[in-house]
Amino acid sequence: MELLCPAGSIPALKAAIENGADAVYVGLKDETNARHFAGLNLNAMKLAEAADYVHRHGKKMHVAINTFAHANQWHKWRDAVDGAVAAGADVLIISDIAVLGYAAERYPRIERHLSVQASATNAGAIEFYRQYGISRVVLPRVLSMQQVRALARTTDIELEVFAFGSLCIMAEGRCYLSSYMTGESPNTAGACSPAAYVEWEHQGSRLESRLNGVVIDRFGDGENAGYPTLCKGRFSVDDELYNVLEEPTSLNTLSLLPQLYKEGIASLKIEGRQRSPAYVAQITKVWRQAIDRVMQEPENFSVEQEWDRVLASLSEGSQTTLGAYHRKWK
Amino acid sequence: MQIALGPILYFWPKAKVKAFYRQVAESDTIDRVYLGETVCSKRRELGLEDYLQIAHELRESGKQVCLSTMTLLEAPAELAQMTKYCDNGEFEVEANDVGAIPYLREHGVNFTVGSAINIYNHEALRRFVDMGMNHWVTPYELSQQWLTDILKQPRISSVRSLFQTEVFAFGHMPLAWSGRCFTARSENRPKDQCELCCIKYPQGRTVKSQDGKQVFVLNGIQTQSGSRYNLINQLPTMKGLVDRIRISPQPEGTLQWVDRFKANMSGDNPIALTQGESNGYWLQLAGMVKAG
Repeated sequence: MELLCPAGSIPALKAAIENGADAVYVGLKDETNARHFAGLNLNAMKLAEAADYVHRHGKKMHVAINTFAHANQWHKWRDAVDGAVAAGADVLIISDIAVLGYAAERYPRIERHLSVQASATNAGAIEFYRQYGISRVVLPRVLSMQQVRALARTTDIELEVFAFGSLCIMAEGRCYLSSYMTGESPNTAGACSPAAYVEWEHQGSRLESRLNGVVIDRFGDGENAGYPTLCKGRFSVDDELYNVLEEPTSLNTLSLLPQLYKEGIASLKIEGRQRSPAYVAQITKVWRQAIDRVMQEPENFSVEQEWDRVLASLSEGSQTTLGAYHRKWK
Repeated sequence: MQIALGPILYFWPKAKVKAFYRQVAESDTIDRVYLGETVCSKRRELGLEDYLQIAHELRESGKQVCLSTMTLLEAPAELAQMTKYCDNGEFEVEANDVGAIPYLREHGVNFTVGSAINIYNHEALRRFVDMGMNHWVTPYELSQQWLTDILKQPRISSVRSLFQTEVFAFGHMPLAWSGRCFTARSENRPKDQCELCCIKYPQGRTVKSQDGKQVFVLNGIQTQSGSRYNLINQLPTMKGLVDRIRISPQPEGTLQWVDRFKANMSGDNPIALTQGESNGYWLQLAGMVKAG
């Protein structure tokens, strides 16, 4: 079972490798990947440097080219594939069938993984994407453990699941809420609830967060004011005010590790290319220990308190959840 | 430009659905109707047999009928139900998840690609045309300019006669699908004990921001736009680009809106949008914006 860690920069990449990642995933410095944030990701030169470092340590580098190409800028996505291959990528993570088709035809020997942004949640969808020679599917965070299990038992393709980090509660690649509010979404711009549209305003003792003018939340004294990701705001339904879609919380599947291992899940993905090298180092260290433990003693695995403590301290709102993997969440 | 009626997105009692489609059958303005449950597999007021019966009645009244399939397919049972829709033997099928496409291709069924399947460029579009797609419902996020940019590419203009384009033009837009049921959550119920509570909300549940603006509509596992999308005044800009517009069924007044759209095809009878309506996506703006 592979530990796949995020790297938004060379220092984060080194932190991941030094702390036990089997592979890292990175993106290019443009809108071809779903974490298109200022100051993040690698240009062509850094990408080659990253590949070199990863390979010297006997590990793998995945490059995410997982947004959807714009008609007039198709060359950018093609260039991203060409550039990633030239830099030495071991794996391309792709969602758009245009990009998948291009990569499959042009570079048949470079492994292709189906990005979570392609939203493949069932055996039929996996069958559809097989025509592009994919070797692995990254599953959306909407499936329950029971559904992951059913899928693992019906397909012979490798499955990768999200193990830890920010929680998308909508089927990825099919959520247009961000462009509805701001004009930019993961699909069209590689960003959700983009920072350029965020405003904070102190109103007396109250702090209000807005996204393109829409009030996402209001915080009182002493309340932890989280980033206004639009699906994690407090809104009202029939005058009842609550987190209508989801609380600010992070996904943490440590306790599911034995089950994921038993079902032969090929890879555990840690979310967070936007995170600091220190964050990546701490998370990677915990998950390395946990995976080693489950592989040695799958029957006697238990989550160490210290792991939970570290992960909770690095989580959104200091809260974690099993998300959709657990039936009760739904 | 023709007018299509999308599938009913909300959970209505069977009698209401049947009465609705009896009215639809009498409309001369609608040329194509999409039928089926696309949101939640637990909604079983009508089964496939019921939809097929309605499909026959609509076809006899001169309409094209296309069966619309589930968007978020998770459990194996949902996949099996989807294949039954595909196996109907006489009607076209709208694939709202790519999972339906291998099956449809294998059985030689003409298919529509729904708006939740991501086609954002000519290369992807051409690949779907080559697979046998004959009808494309564009993603909401595509503006007039974006659609123009796709259709003018030589790889598309050479196959343009092989498919028709359809744009969602009226109704609350389905903007997201989740493993979680938000209507059940709004009633403090777990999803597996939802008791089909969404039948109480024939137009979903309205979500407001803390300053009182309507931001979303909850429709089971689907989150819709808070505003009602309305492109009635953009119809003249669609000529040559869009073959058909889609009207999404509302609990009241759907057929009146169909007639209003028909009357404004050339821009002769514009209607000012009201508060709570939007047209942003088509105009290359945030979807919630009301402009012009």
